[in-house]
Order: sequence, then C-alpha cells, then structure tokens
Amino acid sequence: MSALLELDEVEARYGPITALHGVSLAVEEGSIVAVLGANGAGKTTTLRAISNTVRRSGDVRFAGKPLGARGPEEVARLGIAHVPEGRGTFSELTVWENLRLGAYTRHDSFKADADRVLDYFPWLDDRRNQEAGTLSGGEQQMLALARAFVQRPKLLLLDEPSLGLAPVLVTEIFRIIRELNEREGLTVLVVEQNAHLALQAATTAYVLEVGRVALSGPSDELQQNESVRRSYLGY
Amino acid sequence: MSAVQTREHPALRRDRLAALGPLGKPVNLILVGAAVFLLIGCLSSQIFAQQTVVGLAQGAVYGSLALALVLIYRATEVVNFAQGEMAMFTTYVAYQLTTSWHVTYWLAFALTLLIAFVFGMGVQLVFIRPVQHTSVIAVVIVTVGLFILIDGVVGWVWGADIKFMPAPFGNTVYHVGGVAIARQDIGTILVTIASVGLLWLLFQRTKLGLGMRAAALRPASARLVGVRVDRMLALGWGLAAVLGAVAGLMAEASEYSLQPSFMQPILLYAFAAAVLGGLESPVGALVGGVMIGIFLNLLGQYVSFVTSEIRLPFAFLVLIVVLLIKPTGLFGKKKVRKV
Repeated sequence: MSALLELDEVEARYGPITALHGVSLAVEEGSIVAVLGANGAGKTTTLRAISNTVRRSGDVRFAGKPLGARGPEEVARLGIAHVPEGRGTFSELTVWENLRLGAYTRHDSFKADADRVLDYFPWLDDRRNQEAGTLSGGEQQMLALARAFVQRPKLLLLDEPSLGLAPVLVTEIFRIIRELNEREGLTVLVVEQNAHLALQAATTAYVLEVGRVALSGPSDELQQNESVRRSYLGY
Repeated sequence: MSAVQTREHPALRRDRLAALGPLGKPVNLILVGAAVFLLIGCLSSQIFAQQTVVGLAQGAVYGSLALALVLIYRATEVVNFAQGEMAMFTTYVAYQLTTSWHVTYWLAFALTLLIAFVFGMGVQLVFIRPVQHTSVIAVVIVTVGLFILIDGVVGWVWGADIKFMPAPFGNTVYHVGGVAIARQDIGTILVTIASVGLLWLLFQRTKLGLGMRAAALRPASARLVGVRVDRMLALGWGLAAVLGAVAGLMAEASEYSLQPSFMQPILLYAFAAAVLGGLESPVGALVGGVMIGIFLNLLGQYVSFVTSEIRLPFAFLVLIVVLLIKPTGLFGKKKVRKV
C-alpha cells in the first residue's frame, strides 16, 4: 500500500543555508504522524517543503503523484491544509471570515461545514464577529484547527500546535486532533516539541536532528527508546 | 487653604473616555465637531452652504481617487503614482467613445469602466508583477515611469489641446432656500456613493472580496488556504483603475474640459486625502477626500489670500501637518510588524 504522502530525500534551503539534508518520510492515510526534534532541527521546514513555501529539491509525492513545482495555493487546492507557525490567523478579519476562508476553494455549501465545526468548537458561534487577532493564543489555535477542518483536507499539516499555550489547552488541542482523526478520518502530520503528547497521539513518529531523520518508527516503540526518553521525554 | 492638586490617573482618564462610548475616540470627536461646524455654517450662511456642496462634490472625486490609492497600497504596499494618469487615460477613452464614435454618455461610461478594469489588470500583469518581489522602490519607480509613459502616449494619440465632452448631468442649477446647487455636483456625489457602495458590497459580502482582502492582508496565509494571491492582486489593480476612472469622468464633467494634465492636481489632493485618512484605511480615504474638498473651498471663500493658485500648496500643508502630528492619519492603526 502506498502512503498518502511520501518525502524522498527532500532538501530545503533558506538562501545559502541548507535546513534539510535529505529527509524521507511517509504518512499513511488515516494516521497521525509526529515529527519531533529540537529547535532548528528542520521540523517547520519539513512542513514548508510539503506546501512549497521554502526552496526545496527532492521528491514530494501526494496520493502517488509528485507535487512538482506547484505553488502553495495549488498544493492547498489538492487537499493539503497547512496550519503554519503563528497559526496563519487573519488577525484583521473576523472569526467567521477566517472560517469562511478555510472553505475558500470549495464550491459546495459552507453552511453544513460551519454547523459541524460548531460541534467541535461551540464557542466560535458567540465570537463570530470578533476580530480574530483579539482571540487568545489557545482560541487562535482552535480557530486554526476549525479553519483547516472546513478546508476538508485529505492531509492536515500542523506546526507546533502547543506553542505558547497553557498545558490544559495543549491537552485539549491534542484531544481535538485525535477526535478529528478518529471521527472524520483526517490524516495528520504534526510537528511538535512536546514529544510526550505528540507520541501519545501519533501512530508513527520521526525524530529530526539537524535536518536529517535520526530515528523513526511506531510511536509506542519510540516511547520506549532510550535516547528518545533521555533527549525528548526527559526521564 | 489646601493647595493639593490631584492629578488624574491615566487609567482613570481612559475609563472616563471609554464611558463616553464611541464618542470618546478622538477621531469621532473631530468628525462630529466638523459636522456640527458645517451644519451651523450652512444654516447661517447661503454662501457657506454653497461652498460646502461644491466642496463635497470635489471631495467625492478626491476621495474616489484616494480610495484607489489605498486599495493598491493595502495590496501592494506601494503608492501608485500613475493612478491619476491611468484615470486620465480612461477619461480619454470615454472622450473617444462619446465624441468620435457617438456612443451615448452613460453607455460610454459603462464601457469605460470595463476598459479601465482590463487596463488596470493589464498594468499589474505587464509592469508591476515582474518587479513586485524585488523591492518597494523598484515598484515605485515603475509607477513613476508609467506616469510618464501614459502622459506621453495620450499626448501622442489625442494631442495636448483642450477637448470637450458631453455633460452627463446637463447644466441645470437648483435653488434650495437661496442656495444654488449644480445638478452636476449632486450627480458627482451620487455616482461616487454608488460606486463606493458597490465596491464595499463586493469586498464585504462576496467570497471573492474576502479572498481579495485576505490576499492583501496576509498573502502567505491566504496562499495556504488556496487563495490565488497573484490573481487577487491583479483584480485589485483592476478595481482601483475602475475607481480612478469614475474619479476622472466626474472630474472632467465638473471642469467641462479635458487635457492630458487634468488629473495631476487631483492626484495630489488624493494623496493628501489618503494620508489624512490613514493610508491603510478605505473609509479614511473617503472621509479625507471630502474633508479636504470642503476645507479648501471654504478656505478659498473666506481667507482672502487663498486664491486658486495657492490651493494646491494648502493641500500639501495638510499632508505635512498630518505626517508630523499623526503619521497614521485619522483612521490608521499603528502597524505592529513581527520580524
């Protein structure tokens, strides 16, 4: 069975600096895959290489087809939702306009999706006319998930959903990610510093070190792994 | 006797201002003050009222062109120096349609707006897009080059002599309570309201408009939800050119004549208007335009040394004062950029 997303020896660079030195990974349909690593290991760059928001070389295949030179908007239209660093909030627009933008590329009714998204995030309803930039960090992260959900992606790329959030909120965010995966069959590739939560949620995980895959495997195996425990889990 | 002076705590002051509701904002106080001033003036003097109406019509023209500048500034982060000349070119197109090809005025008006839309998109595609990602100054230089190019081409095709076009609203003058109001001025105001209203509906009530706003505000995020940002920018230039065309046509109608340089002073007034309103704010551009139009007319009426020759420097004075006192303008927000 071929994976939904495959990266084969992908390199990426920012000007003269190479951030990824040949990363290969695979995301099976219906799974949650975590990418772990320290700051500067290339986690964010890996996601950027997929959505083509960084200069990359090497092969990225989605549903068996190479993404080639498609720009980020065309990658999004293929069904890859990328929630970037900073959550991609349109701060100046209202909460509801942010959601509406999630469904931008779709031509069917937004109403049905909006109703379903409110099942997950009922508080969005009261805030629909609020400027999104005035939401708290946790609320903005949930809004980003909601926006990605109405995008109806085949694959969701999440960049550090826990960044800057209180522990309670982080747990809540990961609960929702798992729920979206189980109930909606959403495939997720999540990049995370919080290795503990990420390994609990994920089926498979990759550990990046300075732009290379240092370790990979089923997440329960990695949880037992000596060096992962010492470097990323802290026990 | 106690000489204890209590100084108000800044937080208390903020609370007290907040208790006043929206009136507490300085912008709104200025606007309400200006409105009250104009109302009292209009009620007490017929000449004042007349100058206010004329100023309102001129301000509507400045405001539309200023709005065109703001649309492009928000999307491209550059002031389009060629905006006035683009409007001038489209007015010549209307001249060609009505005078040489005998199309009726309002059909020509509609056709001109359509042509302006295509023209604006073309300008973005051909001239702006290739340099857009190099530097801001490169884009500015290209717009200055466009200014000269359009000026030259129009002079070459139509000549530099004064042309005359049919008047869209006729020469009727209404008398309301002793105040003479030209039908032309009313028409200008209504056309401006209609075009700005339609534009507002497009931006606020349609998915396309939402995409355009997203592309202008957060291009990187917009791309990630699948908005084709380059296409949106071209559309924005097209719409700005349409607004400019409306301004040009209305300016021509109130000046009753057309020559290649006729939009140049109006572009400067529009600059002043856009800066006064805050370069980022569409509402500000319109309000700024109207304020400058009325202000300059009243000044010309009541201050004897302000003749028509010195009108333009006064607009500049407004621009400089605003930049010195409040660079973000009346409606601008301080921009916080994360690096």
